[in-house]
Order: sequence, then structure tokens, then C-alpha cells
Amino acid sequence: MNSIKKFFGIIWMILGAGTYGMLVKTAITQISLKPTTDTIVQWSIFVIIFLPITIGFLIFGWLAFKGAYDHLPSSSDEIV
Amino acid sequence: MQSISEKKQIRKVIFASSVGTLIEWYDFYIFGSLAPIIASQFFPKTNPTAALLSTLATFAAGFIVRPFGALVFGRLGDKVGRKYTFLLTLILMGGSTFAIGLIPGYEKIGFLAPMLVLLLRLIQGLALGGEYGGAATYVAEHAPTNRRGYFTSWIQTTATLGLLLSLGIILITRKSLATDPADSIRVFEDWGWRIPFWFSVILVGMSIYIRLKMHESPMFSKLKAEGKISVNPIKESLMHKSNLKMVLLALFGATMGQGVVWYTGQFYAQTFMENTIKIDFEQTRTILICAIVAATPLFIFFGNLSDKIGRKWIIMAGLLSAVILYRPIYHQMISVASVTDSQVDNSKTHIDRVLKPNTGKGYSLQNTTTYTVYENGITEKKIHVDTLYSGEIEKPQLVDKVSKQLPENRYWMMVALIFLQILFVTMSYGPIAAFLVELFPTKIRYTSMSLPYHLGNGVFGGLTPFIAVLLGTMYSGDLLVGLWYPIIIAGFCLLIGSLYLSNKIDNNVND
Repeated sequence: MNSIKKFFGIIWMILGAGTYGMLVKTAITQISLKPTTDTIVQWSIFVIIFLPITIGFLIFGWLAFKGAYDHLPSSSDEIV
Repeated sequence: MQSISEKKQIRKVIFASSVGTLIEWYDFYIFGSLAPIIASQFFPKTNPTAALLSTLATFAAGFIVRPFGALVFGRLGDKVGRKYTFLLTLILMGGSTFAIGLIPGYEKIGFLAPMLVLLLRLIQGLALGGEYGGAATYVAEHAPTNRRGYFTSWIQTTATLGLLLSLGIILITRKSLATDPADSIRVFEDWGWRIPFWFSVILVGMSIYIRLKMHESPMFSKLKAEGKISVNPIKESLMHKSNLKMVLLALFGATMGQGVVWYTGQFYAQTFMENTIKIDFEQTRTILICAIVAATPLFIFFGNLSDKIGRKWIIMAGLLSAVILYRPIYHQMISVASVTDSQVDNSKTHIDRVLKPNTGKGYSLQNTTTYTVYENGITEKKIHVDTLYSGEIEKPQLVDKVSKQLPENRYWMMVALIFLQILFVTMSYGPIAAFLVELFPTKIRYTSMSLPYHLGNGVFGGLTPFIAVLLGTMYSGDLLVGLWYPIIIAGFCLLIGSLYLSNKIDNNVND
């Protein structure tokens, strides 16, 4: 089970980077198709707000790949 | 075994926390429900800067600010205490909601009006970001170990009940401002929309009174007395790898999927009924109200069940049901409201024409309303507004509006389909407060659980209706294309949650 968790860590990293790349590409296409205030604001918000979330997803994938989720803490002493 | 006084005490804690949280959700949702009227009052499309503010106020401020509120008030809650923090969020939310109802329109104070609305909407978002984590933590820290899911599930009902209250108050106000229904709607759109905002101040006043009588959470008080409270909760939540991994797991393995399921079942469903399959405004609201009333007790049921069999698989079952059944459910919704296979019943079809004479604007209007009754019982109402006697000055645009009234049998079928979607909400949302509380230690609990909750619900969830509609406009050939967003997000969350989460209930949340 732990090796599956680690393997999926790689998948999450690829998926995170790929999805964000697609989002940026779609935003550029949509803004160039209809360069109105609404379109620019909406797509810019998507691109900005999903950047930290994507970074979080890449970190999640990296942690999973490194085995950080092989064992979940059973007491708060293990957390802080 | 709890004594009678302990039971009484926990009931008071649940009541005080739930009422306040319910009111915060009510305040947050009336803005969303009245967004078109607010836009027409404060954000004229003819002014590009006002239009930009409109987009920000209605689209961005409501959800982007929530995670920031989670950090700001989470930090405060972990340093000062739960009680005073969620009292502060309540005051901020109530005050800003009441103030929105007082702002004069764009025609009176110009550009200041949309600026004030945007500012107050940002305060609403911040306050909501701080409220939920506080209420859930406060109740969980009072609850006995074996009943944490049950007690916190009362907090979980509040978002849905807040939506229900906002729908009910808006419907009642809209109908009761004049004896003639058309006049009542006109008065509502003119100034009556302010009443639901003003109503909030009564609710908030009562809730503040109740909350002031409550004591601080016993776990937090103990921690404070021992001098063990966190010096920097944000740093400890996000910079310590051992806690950060749990924050990320909570977001990607639970709240992200739960957020999209929540907003699909209760918001996108409403947008879909009204805009895609064209069900009449009032029927759309009453369908949602009936489904919510029938499904709300299930939050308690699943919260209680999670105390017996664990939280994880109930949440995952909710996500799985959504992934598998959303498309069949929405197919069925289209079919229930469809008139394509039904013949027109000519004996019941009629046309009404109303002439609105020249109002000094250089033209008169003729409203032609065609009621087409189909053999399957659906009545289709088409309103066509035409310009007559137009002079040289500006001409109003032609307007065509279509809406459908469902007959009783189809109405209840639609209620059942919405009920199913809210059932998935109750499965994924009912146990999640207890689940989040158990993931994090007391000293950084408020901050650590609020952040993934508001990223999952505010960002992933809050975006659902918007992204779904956007997908619909980009790929207009498929009515169900908007569903791919919640299906994909819930699907990944299901996979991550099933792989990485534990089903074990943490018996000790005192640490």
C-alpha cells in the first residue's frame, strides 16, 4: 500500500503542473477571443487563485512520494 | 455517561454556536441570492469601472477572501480564544450585512456606492472565514469523545439552513410588499430587497446576546492556564512539515470534494433549474426549500453514524455517489422539464397582451405573454416585450423571457432529484467537522482546520456554479458539460481520500 501511495505522489505532481499549464493556456485563449473587462478579471482571478493551490498540490505529491503519508500521526505530539 | 447538567450544558453550547453560524450563512447567501438586483442598483453596466467592481464583488470577494479570514481569525482564535473570536466574526458579519441594506444606490451617491458594497462584501467574506472553524472547534471541544460527530453535525446543518432561511425570507418579502403580486415584485426590486439585509440585525443581536453568556472552550482555557498556547499559529500550521502535510491532506483528500458536492447540490442545481431548463423563479426556490427541509435531518444522521463506523468512508461514499450519479440525475432533470415529446393542448393555450402607455420616454411598451400548455401538464410562459410608437430617442431593447411551470407530479419528481443531491451533501458534509477537529492539536486547531475548510468550500466549492456556467458557454452543445468540474474534482478527492486518509476516530482531542 505504501508503494502505491508513493507512486501516486509522482502522478499528483505531474497532474498539478499539467493542469495549471492548461489553465494558463485556456485563460490566454479566452482573453484573446473576448478581451472584455469581465473576461480578463475572471480568468486572471482563476490563474492567481489556483497558483498557491497548485503549489500546495505539488508539495502534497512530493510529500506522498517521499513517504510522508506512510504513517499518519496518532497523537498531537507527532505533529508539533 | 453524561449527567443531566452536562447534557444541558452541551445543548446550550450547540444552540449558541449553531444559531450564530446559521445567521452568518444567511447573511452571506442573501447577497448571492440578490446579486442581480444588487448589480442593477449599484453597478451600472454602462460604467466600465462599476462593472469591474461588480464582477469582483459578486464573483471574487465572496470566496477568495474566505481563506484569508480563516488565517486572520484562526490565528486570533488560537491566541485569544474561541469565544471572543467567533463573537467578533458575528459582529462583523451582522454589521456589514445591515450596512449593505443602508447604502444609497448608484444614482444617488455615484461611484461611492459600488465601492462601499465591495468593501462590505469583503468584510462578509473575512468574517465567514473566521466563523465556521470557531464554531466547529468550540462545539467539538465541549463534546464527549464518543459523540463528537453527532454534536458537531448540528453545526453542519447551519450552512444549509442559512440558505433555506435566505430563500424563505426573500420569497416572503417579495410577495408581501403589495396586494397585487406584480406590484409587490416591483416594490421589492425598487427598495424591498433591503429588508432581508435589515432583518439580519435582529438575528445577529439575539445571537450576540446568547453567545455573550457562553464560557470559553474548556480545552483552550486549560491550555491557556498552562501557558501552552501557540505563539505563532500560522507558522506552526503551515511551516511545520508534520502539520502542513495534514492541512494538505485535509484539503485534497476531503474538503475539496466535499466543497464541490455542497455547491453543486444546492447552488448549481438552482442555477441549472432556472437558467438551463427554465423553471419558473418561485418554483425553483420552493423545490429547493422542500428538498432541503427533507434532507437536513440526514446531516445529524450521518454525523451520528460517523461516531460508530468512522468518518472517512461516509465522506467517501458521498463523493462516490456524486461522481457516479450526477450525470444521470441531471439527465433526468432535463427530461422532467422537457416539452419536446409532448403535444400542445390548444384548448388551454392563451395569449395576454398588456399595453404600458407612453411614460414620457418617447415610447410605449406592449407585453405579450403566451401561455402554452402541454399534454404532459407543463405550462410554458413566454413574455415578449415590444416597443410601440417609438420616437427618435433611445429605444428599449426587445425582451423575450421563457419560464416553465411544472405540474404537481413533475414538481415532486424534481424535488426528489434535488433531494438526492442534498443527500450526497449530507454524507460528505455531516461528519467533516469532527473529522477536521480530530486531525489537528488544540493549540493550532482553529487555524489549521479553518484553512483547508475554506479553501475547499470557498474556492473549489464557491467556484462550482461559476465554472459550470462558464463551461456551458464555452461548449454550448452539451447542457451537462458544466458537471465535469464537480465530477472531476470529487473524483480526485475520492481517490486521494481513499488512499491516504485514516478511518480511525481520535479518542483524545485534548492534546
